[in-house]
Amino acid sequence: MKSLAELEAIRNKALGEVAMRANKDGIRIVVGMATCGIAAGARPVMNVFLEELKKRNLNNVNVTMTGCIGVCRLEPVVEVIDSEGNKVTYVKMDAEKAARVVAEHIVNGRVCVDYTIGAEENK
Amino acid sequence: MQIYRAHVLVCGGTGCTSSSSVKIMQELETQIANNKLENEVKVVKTGCFGLCAEGPILVVYPEGSMYTMVQVSDIKEIVEEHLLKGRLVKRLLAGNKESENITKSLEGVDFFSRQMRIALRNCGVINPEVVEEYIAFDGYKALGKVLTEMTPEQVIDTMKKSGLRGRGGGGFPTGLKWEFAAKQVADQKYVCCNADEGDPGAFMDRSVLEGDPHSLIEAMAIAGYAIGSNQGYVYVRAEYPIAVKRLEIAINQAREYGLLGKNIFGTDFEFDVEIRLGAGAFVCGEETALMTSIEGNRGEPRPRPPFPAVKGLWQKPTILNNVETYANIPVIILKGAEWFSSIGTEKSKGTKVFAIGGKINNTGLVEVPMGTTLREVVFDIGGGIPKGKQFKAAQTGGPSGGCIPASHLDTPIDYDSLIQLGSMMGSGGLIVMDEDTCMVDIAKFFLEFTVDESCGKCPPCRIGTKRMLEILERITDGKGEVGDIAKLEVLAKNIKASALCGLGQTAPNPVLSTLHYFKDEYMAHVNDRKCPAGVCKSMMQYVISAEKCKSCGICTKVCPANCIKGEKKVPYVIDQDKCLKCGACMEKCPFKAIFKNV
Repeated sequence: MKSLAELEAIRNKALGEVAMRANKDGIRIVVGMATCGIAAGARPVMNVFLEELKKRNLNNVNVTMTGCIGVCRLEPVVEVIDSEGNKVTYVKMDAEKAARVVAEHIVNGRVCVDYTIGAEENK
Repeated sequence: MQIYRAHVLVCGGTGCTSSSSVKIMQELETQIANNKLENEVKVVKTGCFGLCAEGPILVVYPEGSMYTMVQVSDIKEIVEEHLLKGRLVKRLLAGNKESENITKSLEGVDFFSRQMRIALRNCGVINPEVVEEYIAFDGYKALGKVLTEMTPEQVIDTMKKSGLRGRGGGGFPTGLKWEFAAKQVADQKYVCCNADEGDPGAFMDRSVLEGDPHSLIEAMAIAGYAIGSNQGYVYVRAEYPIAVKRLEIAINQAREYGLLGKNIFGTDFEFDVEIRLGAGAFVCGEETALMTSIEGNRGEPRPRPPFPAVKGLWQKPTILNNVETYANIPVIILKGAEWFSSIGTEKSKGTKVFAIGGKINNTGLVEVPMGTTLREVVFDIGGGIPKGKQFKAAQTGGPSGGCIPASHLDTPIDYDSLIQLGSMMGSGGLIVMDEDTCMVDIAKFFLEFTVDESCGKCPPCRIGTKRMLEILERITDGKGEVGDIAKLEVLAKNIKASALCGLGQTAPNPVLSTLHYFKDEYMAHVNDRKCPAGVCKSMMQYVISAEKCKSCGICTKVCPANCIKGEKKVPYVIDQDKCLKCGACMEKCPFKAIFKNV
């Protein structure tokens, strides 16, 4: 160990791996992964979230799974919950849409309105 | 770097390891592979969570869901339900066993929400065998700060201002100890760590070593810089194999990263740590005996002064601190003395870890701010006494401490309040006793321990404690003589005044404090030949109630001495001459017809 900067570099590298254990109030991405969700393609969606977050080094975002919330016809359903508990529900997700949600919603804070459950139901 | 969406932390402390957490980890990995989740879910072995009574424990992040008393057979369900489908396995969640309210996360469990974890900050959070995880949680940052930004005097000043006192027993201010050693002029100085945890029931040092070994190494290096030493020794008992192994791994990792060795952080500072294994003698937890043992001699104490800060290991200036004390130090450096001294009471700063055991629901480790009352620790965090029994007393400080009766439940616990109550902080063992405990028997238990562990160097301890034990044995055998209690008091006073080391000087404390608070129990034993709690076998009988006995005969089958006789429709009778007083019959009687007669 030659300097504090070297330690900091190791720290930053390792932080990504353990952040979810320390991180209590970051953004949560919840992917519906019941039978309906998985059948509709939730797994690739979740993988895209994981990859995009890793690519952008977003340590304060957790990706978790949940069960069926009852709107199986709209699966894959993804909910993004911010640190204040505000929830946005995206429906009929796919890999491409997931990447856009990360870029626009997670990074820039702009909700992708056209993917939300409200937009879908008003069609 | 691989990002996982979930981490499963499995407790790898001694408690959970002995209840098969190793097998649980293997099964987890198998099941995760079966469900093809190995790229999404990571299994991490971590240190003690503290809730040992509920082990083996498993925590799933990011939710922080805590599963308790997990069996190998439960793993398939946890993987398939929680990890694959995101549905919590409610029947295994902590807190779900007693109430309907389902606690989904660690923070929601009373046991954790009322604690403040400084020394145990990383236990149950990081993988102790991966140095990068320690670094991720600000590890070695304090050492870097000290070496590059602070002078040794500033470090000592910070320690003094923080008000940190030794967590191993005496409660001596750590900063002062460092200052004494720093002022000595010598060609060589040493930094020692006392990990020879010997008090019956205390296991916080083991948990820190098992769960966060790097914090100890970092703190010892900081101490080395402060006093001008380049060599550290950790004296740890060989009965802690997991702790020793993790510490060895940690030392090697620190050496690889150049966190131990020469030119640490590009400065001139060099430091290394070696492990010395103790054979488990209680006396070796005494500082001078510990150093004698490190030197390779028989572990016996020597008179002080000279104090170790002047002439310690190999006659060189030495500081010796306890594991828990060291574990606090990196945080104090990073967050500052003011932060630390804002926690706790006027003269006792920071937090204290207690190992709670005995008649209590949540056996385990808790860390609370100094000044927390005994009632909060026992009832709010500890979950109270099992089977709705009454709290009688709590024993702190191990064989050197004493009992605190129910009337003092609301005393804020700190170093000074415990001394006032005739007990002491000690290393933080806290044994809870209920109404079924005989206080004379407890005093006898602790004295048996000291008699066993006395090194024999000085007569007051070698002979005096033996005589005290003989008197206590006489009293509990129902053969107490008039004047025995007075004799105990005189002996206790003399041993306290004349024994060579701390072990001997404090050995009479369990007797003195039980005599102080529970003298009537001693009197009942001596004068009335009665043990009010029904523990001392010579003074109690198991009796079958003729009214309640249904002559089922179950008691005769469990009786190992064949001393219960009876026949159909006639109440059974115990032959008191042959009865071993094992209590097996009372436990098995379906009609509660057998009771203790005291």
